[in-house]
Amino acid sequence: MTRLRGSGLRVYTLLYLAFLYAPIILLPIFAFNNATVIAFPLQGFTTNWFVQMAENPTLRQALLNSLLIAVSASVLATCLGIFAARASTRFDFRGKGPVMGLIMLPLVLPEIIVAVSLLVVLLAAGVGLSIFTVILGHTLICMPYAVAILSTAFSSLDKSLEEAAYDLGETKWSAFRLVILPLVMPGIVSALLMSFTISLDEFIIAFFLAGNQPTLPTYIFSQLRFPKSIPMIMALGTLLVLMSILLLTLAEYFRRRGVARTGQTDTGGFI
Amino acid sequence: MTAAHTLQPVALAASASPRGPARPALDDRKPMIECRGVQKYYGDYHALRGIDLTIREGEFFSLLGPSGCGKTTLLRTIAGFEGIDGGVVLVDGRDMANVPANVRPTNMVFQSYAIFPHLTVAENVGFGLRRDPRSRAEKAAAVDDALDMVGMKGFGGRAAHALSGGQRQRVALARALILKPKVLLLDEPLSALDRKMREQMQVELIKLQRQVGITFVLVTHDQEEALVMSDRIAVMFEGEIAQLDGPEALYARPASRRVADFIGVMNFMPARIVGEGADHVTVAVPGFGTVDIPAANVSRADRGDAGPSIGFRPEAATLLPMGAEAPGRVTEGVIDEVVYYGDMTYYDVIMDGSDDYDGVPHEVRISMRNVFGREVPDVGTRVRVSWSPGSLVLFR
Repeated sequence: MTRLRGSGLRVYTLLYLAFLYAPIILLPIFAFNNATVIAFPLQGFTTNWFVQMAENPTLRQALLNSLLIAVSASVLATCLGIFAARASTRFDFRGKGPVMGLIMLPLVLPEIIVAVSLLVVLLAAGVGLSIFTVILGHTLICMPYAVAILSTAFSSLDKSLEEAAYDLGETKWSAFRLVILPLVMPGIVSALLMSFTISLDEFIIAFFLAGNQPTLPTYIFSQLRFPKSIPMIMALGTLLVLMSILLLTLAEYFRRRGVARTGQTDTGGFI
Repeated sequence: MTAAHTLQPVALAASASPRGPARPALDDRKPMIECRGVQKYYGDYHALRGIDLTIREGEFFSLLGPSGCGKTTLLRTIAGFEGIDGGVVLVDGRDMANVPANVRPTNMVFQSYAIFPHLTVAENVGFGLRRDPRSRAEKAAAVDDALDMVGMKGFGGRAAHALSGGQRQRVALARALILKPKVLLLDEPLSALDRKMREQMQVELIKLQRQVGITFVLVTHDQEEALVMSDRIAVMFEGEIAQLDGPEALYARPASRRVADFIGVMNFMPARIVGEGADHVTVAVPGFGTVDIPAANVSRADRGDAGPSIGFRPEAATLLPMGAEAPGRVTEGVIDEVVYYGDMTYYDVIMDGSDDYDGVPHEVRISMRNVFGREVPDVGTRVRVSWSPGSLVLFR
C-alpha cells in the first residue's frame, strides 16, 4: 500500500472520529458525575446513578423484556438464517435470487415503514401487541444479518466434506451434524451475538409493537422527559455501550475463528 | 518423510513398469464394476452417452479425458453421488440402482481430499468406523495400521488443517481404505500436488494398490499419469468411451485420431490412399513418399476430419548426420526449429519434397534423447531421418 501523506487528511480523520465517538465518551463521564444537570464543569465522582438504576423496578422490567426479546429474536433469526443460508449455498432452486434478495431487503428498508406495516397487519389480524410481536419484528430485521454471516460460513465449506462423510457411511443428517454443523458453529455463534445486539438496542419496532410493555430503548426514550432521571440514563447507556462492544467483539472473534478453522482466507466481515 | 521413503519410489520409477506379473491375468479375474449402457443427463446436457465397461477385481483402472468429458460424472455414478438415467451399474455383481452411496462397497478420495478440518488426523481416518461395533482399542489399532500403510505413522494427533497437500492426500487414502472397500474411487487425486510430489505419489499409489489388492478407479485428465499408473485406461470424449485399452496399446495404436492427439505428442499429416493390399494400405504422405501401412496400424478418423491422415510419434524416427547409413527407410530434410528440453530435444524437420503433396511444406516434429557431450544440431542443418513404415498410424 502507498503511504498517505498530508496533515489535512489527518485533521479530517481526527474530526471525523471525534464526531462519531465524542458523544459516546460523554456517556460514562456524566454517568459518574455528581450532578443532575448534564453540563461542564464536572461536579465530582459518584456511583449513585448506577445504584438508582439498579433499584428502579420499571427499568428492571424493561431490561428483562429486552433480554427476553433479544434472546428469542436472535435464536429465531439464527435458526431461520441457517435454513436460508444452507439452501442458498448448497442448492439451486427456482427463484433463488429473488427469494434471497427479499430476505436481505429489511437491511435497507426504512425501519419505520417496516414497523408501521407490521403494526397495521398485526392489528388487522387481531394479534394483540406484546413482547411476542416485538420478537416477530426483531426476527425480521435480524434475519438479513444472520443470513449474511451464515452464508459466508456455509459457502466457505467444501461441498465434498459432506459427500465424504456420507461416503464413509454416515446418513445425510449425521453427515450434516458431524461435519457441517461443527464447521459453521463459529458462524452460528457470531450470528446469534450480532442478532442479540441488534435486537437489544432496537427502538422503532419496539416502540410500535410492544403495546404497554417497556423495553430498554423505549424506557430510555420515555425517561428523557424527566431531567432528573437523565444521569441514570447516562449510566444505563454506559452499560449498554460496553455490552454492545463486548458482544460485537465476541461475534467477530467467532467469525474469524471459523475462517481460520476451515483454512480459508478472510474476506471481510462486519468489523 | 524419511529419506529412504522418498528414494524408494524414484528407483521404482526408473524401472520400466512397476506393475508386477505376479497377479492372475486380467481376463481371468471376476468383474468388480460393470457399466451397461449408462446414461446421464443434466437437464438437456447429455453427460454420459451409453457407457459400457467392465473393470476387473484388483485392477488399476483409469478414466482419462479432457474436462467435461464425463469421467468424473461416471466416477460419481459408481460412487452413488449421482443417479443414472438409463443402464445399469453393478459393483461386485450387485445392481447399485437402489443402493445409496453411504452403503455402497465403494469409497472415494476427493479431488480436494475433503479432510475434515475440525478433527485430528486420527479422527479423520477413524471417521468411517463410527458405526463399527469393534471396541475403542481395536478401532485405534485399525487407525494406526491405516496411517502406517500410507506412511503417516505417528501423525494421528496432528490437527488436520495443518497438513501439507501430500499429507492430506495420504490421510484421505487411509480414511477411505480403513473401511476395506471393494473399490476405491479416486477423483483427480494428484492434480493439486506439485510435479515432484505428484510423480512420487503416482508410484506410491501403484505400490499401495498392489499391497491392498483393492480395485482402484482413477479419474484424471493427465495422460502421462494414466499411462504410468493404470492396468487399463478408458479414454473418454463427450460422454463416450473412445478407446479402452492397456497403456502400451493406447499409445502405440490409438483407435482414432482424437485419442492419438490426446495421448502424448503426435505428428499429423494429410495422406492420400493410393492402393490397398491384403495386409496393408498404401498411402502417399508429404515428405515420407509412398508408404505401405500395416493393417494393424489403421485406425478410424473422427467426425470432422478433412480426410485420411497419418500419425507419427516424435520418438519413432531417428535423426542422423548426412552420409550416415541407417536401417529402415531414410529420407532427408532441413531442421527448421530446435526446442531444447535438457534430457531431450524436439526438432521440427522439413523433409525434402514435403511441398510436392499440396504445395506447402510440412514439418515433422522428431524427438531425440540428448547424449552428453554431443552437440545439438542447429537450425538449418541438413539431416537424414530414419524411420519405419510400422511406426506410422493411418486414420481413415
